[in-house]
Amino acid sequence: MVRLGALAVGLFFCIAVLWGAVQPRDAVPVDPVKEAHQYPEKITWSHNGPGNLGILGTFDRGQLQRGFQVYKEVCSACHGISLVAFRDLSALGYNEAEIKAIAAEYEVPSIDENGEPSTRKATAADKFPPRYANEVAARAAQNGANPPDLSLMTKARPDGTNYVRSLLLGYRDEVPASLKASAPEGLWYNPWFHSVFIAMPPPIAADGQVTYTDGSPQTKDQYAEDVAAFLTWTAEPKLEARKETGVAAVLFLLVMTGFGFLSYRRVWADIKGKKAKA
Amino acid sequence: MSFPWARQYQPTTEFGKFMDSRLPLPRFVYGALGAGYPTPKNLNYFYNFGVLAGVALVIQIITGVVLGMHYAADTRVAFDSVEHIMRDVNGGWMLRYMHAVGASFFFGVVYVHIFRGLYYGSYKPPREVLWMLGLVIFLLMMATAFMGYVLVWGQMSFWGAAVITGLFSALPIVGEAIQTWLLGGFSPDNATLNRFFSLHYLLPFVIFGVIILHVWALHIPGSNNPTGVDVKGPQDTVPFHPYYTAKDFFGLGVYLTIFAAVVFFIPNSLGEPDNYIPANPLSTPAHIVPEWYFWPFYAILRAFTVDFFFIPAKLMGVLAMFAAILLLFFLPWLDTSPVRSNAYRPLNRALFWVFLVVCLVLGVAGGKPAEEPWVRLSQIFTAYYFAHFLIITPLVSRFEKTLPLPSSISEAVLAKYGNGPSSSPGTGVGGAAPQPAE
Ligand code: HEC
Ligand code: HEM
Repeated sequence: MVRLGALAVGLFFCIAVLWGAVQPRDAVPVDPVKEAHQYPEKITWSHNGPGNLGILGTFDRGQLQRGFQVYKEVCSACHGISLVAFRDLSALGYNEAEIKAIAAEYEVPSIDENGEPSTRKATAADKFPPRYANEVAARAAQNGANPPDLSLMTKARPDGTNYVRSLLLGYRDEVPASLKASAPEGLWYNPWFHSVFIAMPPPIAADGQVTYTDGSPQTKDQYAEDVAAFLTWTAEPKLEARKETGVAAVLFLLVMTGFGFLSYRRVWADIKGKKAKA
Repeated sequence: MSFPWARQYQPTTEFGKFMDSRLPLPRFVYGALGAGYPTPKNLNYFYNFGVLAGVALVIQIITGVVLGMHYAADTRVAFDSVEHIMRDVNGGWMLRYMHAVGASFFFGVVYVHIFRGLYYGSYKPPREVLWMLGLVIFLLMMATAFMGYVLVWGQMSFWGAAVITGLFSALPIVGEAIQTWLLGGFSPDNATLNRFFSLHYLLPFVIFGVIILHVWALHIPGSNNPTGVDVKGPQDTVPFHPYYTAKDFFGLGVYLTIFAAVVFFIPNSLGEPDNYIPANPLSTPAHIVPEWYFWPFYAILRAFTVDFFFIPAKLMGVLAMFAAILLLFFLPWLDTSPVRSNAYRPLNRALFWVFLVVCLVLGVAGGKPAEEPWVRLSQIFTAYYFAHFLIITPLVSRFEKTLPLPSSISEAVLAKYGNGPSSSPGTGVGGAAPQPAE
């Protein structure tokens, strides 16, 4: 009985699904967006450690500071990093006074002595205030586009660190012929963006746009790389602690497992011994 | 205590004697996981995965309870509260990554555990109830993991909740009402998040309870083994402790080492980047995919693309997805072969490997966008999935020619190591059978 029922149910599902499989498929037209779309270029990062494997590695403090500078002078005009607190910047090598000074450049919401809503200078304990009060305000100011918060950007895109760098360097003038007709007004062509037309005007426009004080090359390449590294830190501020803990944990577990193996062999020795003699 | 030669617990201390006549908890543990549980002596490493699943659950509960102390189930702050855990809570990043990666590993371990059972016929009499309790655990795990994923309140959380609860709306007449009832509204919102947190906290403890029943049901007939032959006497078994406690400890070490490597070095490799974008009901992600451990079932769901007579395609997909799991409850009565282990069923063994590949392909297809060739592949392999259990298995178990069984576990072990009597009927066996424990 069970088998007959099973046969019936089995045939029911098999026929239903295979009926779909034999339906002819509409020819899928080649999607010009897919054709044009590019995957991030992979480059070497100090936080990816030896072999760029991502297993070990520490941030390059100088690079993080430069990246922060690029963020502050360029990106912050449109993007927030509202998950980051000013005090977190100590991880970039800034001291308390420097952090206080950076925080004081920002205003955060507060209440004045009469209980009226007002603002005050940010302190080290505050987070970076969001660039816009809400999405509507952002879109109103940005021609209908919404610049996303960048705190988690490198974790919110596949291969995020490389993606941010490639995207910033990815603006191209020649739109492929297949896309010319559909190119939206007011958007920039950037094959690294998922829809290849992006509302963000090229933020890194020219060499020398940001003045570095540490003698690093002031090129578009360098800016893009530095800010991508900085945004990797904002997305994963505990990266170094994580990897350090990981090395200790894995080493400890390897030793423990080794001892586990030895005791396993020893416990089983009598059984195996018997087996061999039998 | 299933075997007469099982060692009996002997309290040695005054306190032990005191307890034994009042609450014999030590006696219980001794019989369940100690020297009082006689275990076949030929279990291979695939038999480690039950214990590993138990450990995985305990890791989820411990990390989850601490996460719960810092998490806030409110749509306005849920996403930020997870990031607060990642950034500001001491060791919070470690707890959160252990919990997220731990869920993946839990499923990985349970899948190996289930396929182990399929290979060695562990669902066959007298272990049917044991098998079904395992499936109950699997279903509860799926519900738990689904709801946990929603707690993050990222884009995939939100849209995953919308898609999965939307499945119920495919049911005729009552469908829409069920979806509204599950969500506590017409779309995922605060009510959804709150009830999912409540249930996500509850279900792991329900799983814990079912695991106790599962282990109880295991100890009545005792463990199956790679030969599938019943234990005949004391020469076939060793006490669980110290033999399998030592082996399980070693297995656990290997497991934890791999787990730690993923948690600390590539914690986001198993997750979707989209879930680091806060939930936005107004923007649908390009590809809504669940976590990898749901992919085979997601492929089956999406494989039904045309209406079947009066049944809409969507409803067919939903029925098939649930049927794909529920049919496993009937497996003990679909596979009627008296031989348990595939080591002695060459035809069924080959079909086992085919089925494993089919599941893997369904898994890959389920993670892809609904485009060719993946849709057609899903359709063909979905058909095979159902045919395997509902048509092929009953036929094969009826007509196949099985190999002669060894007369006992001991004999099979001796034969395997070349020192057995030459007349041993088990000597011809080998092939794809995994190695028994040395
Ligand atoms: C003039 C305003 C403006 C400036 C300055 C700006 N952006 Fe943007 N950015 C935008 C807008 C608008 C979008 C949304 C684009 C869209 O959705 O088409 C965006 C989107 C992005 C994205 C997301 C792309 C995606 O995959 O969705 C990244 C990453 C980004 N910006 C990085 C940066 C960085 C780094 C800087 C500084 C070097 C920067 N932006 C400077 C306006 C700006
Ligand atoms: C069967 C055991 C469990 C499974 C399979 C499981 C699974 C999951 C999954 C898949 C997530 C999403 C992870 C992410 O992407 O961040 C999650 C999140 C969460 N779980 Fe669990 N869980 C289990 C037990 C528990 C328990 C017992 C608690 C106790 C309260 C708990 C509390 C939480 C909390 C607070 C979150 C949200 C925070 C976060 O995303 O890390 N879980 N769970």
